[in-house]
Amino acid sequence: MLKTFSLGGVHPAENKLSAAKATEILPVPAEVVIPICQHIGAPGTPVVKKGDEVKVGQVIAQSSGFVSANIHSPVSGKVFKIDDILDASGYKRQAIIIKTEGDEWMADIDRSDSIRKGITLSSEEIIKRVGEAGIVGSGGATFPAHVKLSPPPGKTCEVLILNGVECEPYLTSDHRLMLEKGEEMLVGVSLLMKALFVDRAIIGIENNKQDAIEHIRKLVASYNGITVQPLKVQYPQGGEKQLIDACIGRQVPSGKLPIEVGAVVFNVGTAYAVYEAVQKNKPKIDRIVTVTGLSVKNPGNFLVRIGTPISALIEAVGGLPEDTGKVIAGGPMMGKALASLDAPVTKGTSGVLIVPEKIASRGKTEYCIRCSKCVSACPMGLSPYLLMTLAEKEIHDRAEEEKIMDCMECGSCSFTCPSNRPLLDYIRLGKGKVGQIMRSRIK
Amino acid sequence: MKRLIVSPSPHVHSGDSVKKNMYGVVIAMIPALAASVWFFGIGALVVTLTSVLACVLFEHLIQRFILKKPTTITDGSAIVTGILLAFNLPTNIPLALIIIGAAVAIGMGKMSFGGLGQNPFNPALVGRVFLLISYPVQMTSWPKPIDSRFSYLDAETGATPLSIMKEGLITGKPFSEVLAEVPSYLELFLGVMGGSAGEIAGVALMIGLIYMLVKKIITWHIPVAVIGSVLVFTGVLHLVDSNAYASPLFHLLTGGLLLGAIFMATDYSSSPMATSGMILYGVGIGVITVLIRVWGAYPEGISFAILIMNAFVPLIDKYMKPKHFGEKVAAKKA
Repeated sequence: MLKTFSLGGVHPAENKLSAAKATEILPVPAEVVIPICQHIGAPGTPVVKKGDEVKVGQVIAQSSGFVSANIHSPVSGKVFKIDDILDASGYKRQAIIIKTEGDEWMADIDRSDSIRKGITLSSEEIIKRVGEAGIVGSGGATFPAHVKLSPPPGKTCEVLILNGVECEPYLTSDHRLMLEKGEEMLVGVSLLMKALFVDRAIIGIENNKQDAIEHIRKLVASYNGITVQPLKVQYPQGGEKQLIDACIGRQVPSGKLPIEVGAVVFNVGTAYAVYEAVQKNKPKIDRIVTVTGLSVKNPGNFLVRIGTPISALIEAVGGLPEDTGKVIAGGPMMGKALASLDAPVTKGTSGVLIVPEKIASRGKTEYCIRCSKCVSACPMGLSPYLLMTLAEKEIHDRAEEEKIMDCMECGSCSFTCPSNRPLLDYIRLGKGKVGQIMRSRIK
Repeated sequence: MKRLIVSPSPHVHSGDSVKKNMYGVVIAMIPALAASVWFFGIGALVVTLTSVLACVLFEHLIQRFILKKPTTITDGSAIVTGILLAFNLPTNIPLALIIIGAAVAIGMGKMSFGGLGQNPFNPALVGRVFLLISYPVQMTSWPKPIDSRFSYLDAETGATPLSIMKEGLITGKPFSEVLAEVPSYLELFLGVMGGSAGEIAGVALMIGLIYMLVKKIITWHIPVAVIGSVLVFTGVLHLVDSNAYASPLFHLLTGGLLLGAIFMATDYSSSPMATSGMILYGVGIGVITVLIRVWGAYPEGISFAILIMNAFVPLIDKYMKPKHFGEKVAAKKA
C-alpha cells in the first residue's frame, strides 16, 4: 500500500488541467512591483531609491534580521518609486516599483543552459550563498531557506525531505519543474544535503504524477542517498508535518519544528532555486506559476519574473473568462482571493486560479449537525467544531488547551462540512487572539 | 473592472450537505423497509406512512407556529425520525398511538432542544420508549410475519424470539425446549420472526450499513463497537454455561440490536464526536443491552441502552478527544 500521513485528510477533485503543458517563458513586463516582504519574518530594508538604475539580480532590499531575506531586482531599469501597494493578501505593503528598460543582467550570473553538477563549495559557503540569493520556501509558506539550513545547536538533521507532493488541486508548477528541471533540482538536493551534513534525502511525490515519479527515479540512480517516495493522493500531504509523517513515520510534536524529529523539509522548487543560486549565481528573481481554472481557455505553466502583475499572467492564458467570480493566488484550499489583479507575483506564488462565478460563493451556512466529519478530516487531530465555538464565544484559554495553535489552516474542516459552517474562519480569528495572549505572556 | 468575490480559504467545498446525509440514511433504510413490507404487509405500510407524515407535520407546525422560523422539513431529518420511529413499533399498533409517538419524538425529543443537531437523545427512541412505558400492551403484541400480511389491527400475533427466551427462563423451562421454540438462525437472519416493523431483517439492515459506510455517512466505529461488545459479552456467558445463556449469534440476530447499532446509535447529534468516544459509547450500549436482555425485566434493552449512553455523550466528548498529531512521539520521548 502507498504511504500517506496518519490522521485525517480529504480528497478534493484534482483538476490538474495544466499538467501536460510545458513551461512557457512569460515576457518581461514593462513594470514590476516588488514587495519588500515576500517571506515569513522581518521585511527587507530597501537599499535603492527613486531614480536608481538597477540590473537583473541586483540586491534592492537587504535582509533585516536572521529570519528575513534579500530581495533582488528581477528586471533591469529604473526605480520608479517606493510606495505602499495592495499585495495578494490584501494588505498594504511597502514595495519597490521598477520601470523596465532592456534586460541587462548582473555580470556574475551564469545564464547558460548547461547543467553544472560539480559541487565545490563548503557547507557554510552554500548556506551563505542561499542566504544572499534571497531564497525562501517556494511551496507557499515562504520561510527563508538559509534559516532552515542552520539547525539550532544540539539538533542534527538525519534526513532531508523534498516536497514534490503538490497536494493543492489545480496546481502543476512543481510537477512541471520536476519533469523539466529534474537534473538541476537533484543537484540542488545534493547541495542541501551537503549544507545539512546528511547522507539521506527522500523526495515525496503523490501518485497522480506518475511521469514525475518515473523521471526522477531514473535520475536519482546516479545520485547517492536520494530516493523517491510515491505517496497516496491525499490533501494536505504537502503540509510539512504531514509529509514527514508520510515519508518516515515520525510525528513532529505540537509547537515544535521538524528538526525535533531529525528532519528538514524543502519544496522541490526551493531545491531548484538553491541550484540556481549556488551553481549559477542566480538569485531568486523568477519562478514557475500555474495559471488555470475551469473556464480558462489555455491553462498553462509560466516562468515569470517576480513582480509581474497577476493580470499579465491572466492575459497569457487568453484573458479573464466572462464567467469569472473569483481569482485566487495559490491553490483552492489555501490560496488567497485577490481583490485586485494588479497584485504582483511574489516568491511564494505557485499559481493563479480563476474560479467561475457559479462555484465562487460559499453555500448557505446551516446548524452543526454533529456529524463529526470535521474531526475525521482534521490532519492535526483537532476538533474543529469545538475550536469554532470556543473562538466564537471568545473562550481563549480553552481554545489554547485544545491546541488551536496547531491548526495550519489547511481548510479540510470547512471543505468537508455538510452544513457549510465557517469553521476555519473562526479558528483563524481564535488563533489570532490566542497567539496574542501567548506572546504577551512571554514578555 | 470586474468585481471579484473575496473570501478566506478554502475556496472549494466537498459538495456534501445535510440533505445528502439525511436522504442517504433514508435510502439506506429502504432494504429494511422493503423487508418490513414483505413480512408484515399492510401493517408496515400504514405504520411507516403515518409515522413519517406525523413527524414531518409536527416539525413543520412547531417550526412555523411555535418557534416562528422557516420550516425545516425539507432537510430530511424528520423523515428519518419518522421511519425510525415506525421501525421501532409493532405493525398492528393503532394510528392514535403512532401520532402520539411522533408528537413526543419530534416535539419533546427534537424541537424542544432547538431542532436538528441539538437533540441530546435520539428522537425516535424518545418516542418509542414513551409509548413502551405508556402503552405496554399495544407495544408488545407482535404480528406474526407473513401470516399477518393482509391485516392491520386484527393481525394474528405471537412472541418475539427474545420474549420467548425471557419467558422460558423465567418459567424455568429446560433450555433445549426454549431453543426449539425460536426460529432457526437462517430465519432470524432473513427476518422471519415477530418483532418491530424494521428490526427483523438482519440482512436488509446490514445492506443499509454497507451503503452508509460506502457513502461515508457514518463511520464503522459505533456499529462495530455495539455489535462487537454484545458478541463478546454474550459469547463469554455462552461459554460459561451454554444451557442457560443463548449464543452470541442469537443475540446478534434477534430484537433491535442491528437496527439500534446501525441506525439509532449512530444518530449524529446524540453520539460522540471523536472515534475513541464513539467506541466507548458503542461498548456502553452493547454492555447495557446485554445486561437488560439477560438479567433485566424487559426481554430487549437496546432502546434503553442507547438512551442511557446518549446521556453520557457530553461527558464522553469532554474527556475523549481525538488523538492530537504529534502526541505519539512526544509521549515516547517523555
